[in-house]
Amino acid sequence: MALPERRRWFGNRVLATLLIAAVASAVLLPFASLSPNRLVSGQPVMLWQALAGWQLATFALIGLLLLIAALAGPLPRRLALWLSLGATLPLLALDFQALGAYAHGALANASPAARVSQGATFWILLFVSALIAIDALQRLRLGPAGRALYGVAALAVIGVCFSGELLSPVSIMREFANQRDNFIDQLVRHLLLVGGALLPALLVGLPLGLLANRRARLRNGLFSVLNVFQTLPSIAVFGLLIAPLSALGRAVPWLGELGVSGIGVAPAIIALVLYSLLPIVRNTYAGLAGVSTGALEAARGMGMTTRQILWRVEIPLALPVILSGLRIVTVQAIGLVVVAALIGAGGFGAFIFQGLGQYAIDLVLLGAIPTIVLAVIADFALQILVSLSRPSGTR
Amino acid sequence: MSGVARSARQWRAASAGNGVLFLLIALLIALTLGMAQLEPLFRALFPDLGNPLYARDSFLNLMLAHIGLVLVSSLISVTIGIAAGLFVTRPVGREFEPMVSSLAAIGQTFPPAAVLAIAVPLAGFGFAPTIIALSLYGLLPVIQNTIAGLGTVPQTTLEAARGNGMSRWQILRRVELPLAMRVIIAGIRVSVIINIGTATIGSTVGAKSLGTPLIAGLVGNNLAYVIQGALLVGLLAIVTDLLFERLERRYSFGGQA
Repeated sequence: MALPERRRWFGNRVLATLLIAAVASAVLLPFASLSPNRLVSGQPVMLWQALAGWQLATFALIGLLLLIAALAGPLPRRLALWLSLGATLPLLALDFQALGAYAHGALANASPAARVSQGATFWILLFVSALIAIDALQRLRLGPAGRALYGVAALAVIGVCFSGELLSPVSIMREFANQRDNFIDQLVRHLLLVGGALLPALLVGLPLGLLANRRARLRNGLFSVLNVFQTLPSIAVFGLLIAPLSALGRAVPWLGELGVSGIGVAPAIIALVLYSLLPIVRNTYAGLAGVSTGALEAARGMGMTTRQILWRVEIPLALPVILSGLRIVTVQAIGLVVVAALIGAGGFGAFIFQGLGQYAIDLVLLGAIPTIVLAVIADFALQILVSLSRPSGTR
Repeated sequence: MSGVARSARQWRAASAGNGVLFLLIALLIALTLGMAQLEPLFRALFPDLGNPLYARDSFLNLMLAHIGLVLVSSLISVTIGIAAGLFVTRPVGREFEPMVSSLAAIGQTFPPAAVLAIAVPLAGFGFAPTIIALSLYGLLPVIQNTIAGLGTVPQTTLEAARGNGMSRWQILRRVELPLAMRVIIAGIRVSVIINIGTATIGSTVGAKSLGTPLIAGLVGNNLAYVIQGALLVGLLAIVTDLLFERLERRYSFGGQA
């Protein structure tokens, strides 16, 4: 049965929907807020109140270009997609520039305690540019190189926005300036905790995955034990490790001197390793199990020893799946370290929970946003690594 | 012959599983209602503590509050998640499918604790930000698995259903959803388990949950509180996971479980 032919206004309905969302938010929700000090919630400031004429005009121009790209008629399909992809970069830059310029202007004659914070429309414009870019990248079917190139370009735009004095009067950046040294410390600590957990998890997990592949009888038991750890809430595992570890630290003095105690790094690392094992073991097993018997027989036919087959055939072929496991675990660990701040392990979570305790929202965001950025970057980087590890020809 | 042997083995494994599940549920209920009876034990374990039993609220109240948080947010995520998954797999919304899929994938890289923290400036402290964060976060695995589950229904099956003269609605209700149900339930399972964990941290933004004694214990250096909260929430998570495992198995077709 043929559907009645309907005239389609929009060639790209996703882009059209995103544009409508952006315009609706610009009309209905505040772009920024102005408050007398860091602990009080501020007065909402709408986009048209915050912006100078040329900024509004540029926003309107970008919006118009995107509208043309979304319409079915005027542009060839690929050109429209490149246009919308290209338009996200100035949109991103303008979003940051507008916030910074407004903050400079509004705070010029205000008391030193006054603060300008970003509002819902700021976030939605950021989010919409990211979604437009994702949609365009998908429709253009760009490979990992093209995606990475766009990612670098977007990061460069953001980097330029943050490099000068443009954003320094915005509240969260003032919080950052107050905490600069501490921020770097916590970043390093966060990364060290993630690395310190992943290394032992890989050292234990990879052989266990191999074992699960070789000994079918062990497999189910192993997987169900490891699954229990994935199920338990992280904070409960951290909490339950405190008592035994502090007892251990007291009972064995040299362990205590090494820093093994109920709170801090030791329980955090142990819990993170326990959480990381299941994805690593499962993906190592699945990767090895996915190696075709044809490849194994060919290797055997060439006279390779079992060890040679493992290192030269099985592991290279299983690598993409194993690295996908590493990707899951890295992202998961970056998130779990946040919770570890509750047992005194430090990291960005320290800002979050300190900020929640003081009702200082900017401090909360100073912990939460970098954690999210870290997780997304790690995910993106490992995703590219996974696609590079695929044998050429199957990418 | 091997079929008989396997089914007997499966039956034995299943009944052993039933025993474990029953035991854990009994333990969960007993600990929730009778934690106060364990006061002498905690006193003996932690002789230095003045109050070795969390008494600012009953554990039953905390358990119900925790289950309430997870239940409300999961209902929201399941409703919206399945609706969104259905929308992007129908002809009307197919154009949105790649975008929604990648949104669900990218969103899941966000740490749940960070999402919870970001909900605070949007919704203040208390019940509301926790519900918002849990529902939003729980949405993603449900959407992802709904799309994946509906995608596993073979094209030939759909054509056979169409050939039988079934309407689109009938195909969805009698063919697609039943075949996709196991994968959808697996998504709900992931979502609920993550939410049980995140609801625990919800007490740092002022929502009452089993995390309340846990966090109070961590802040006030009272290990007994920490253990009481952690035991209950850990048991709750394990029991819930086992119940979902059972539910998933009920929806597996063709012996592929």
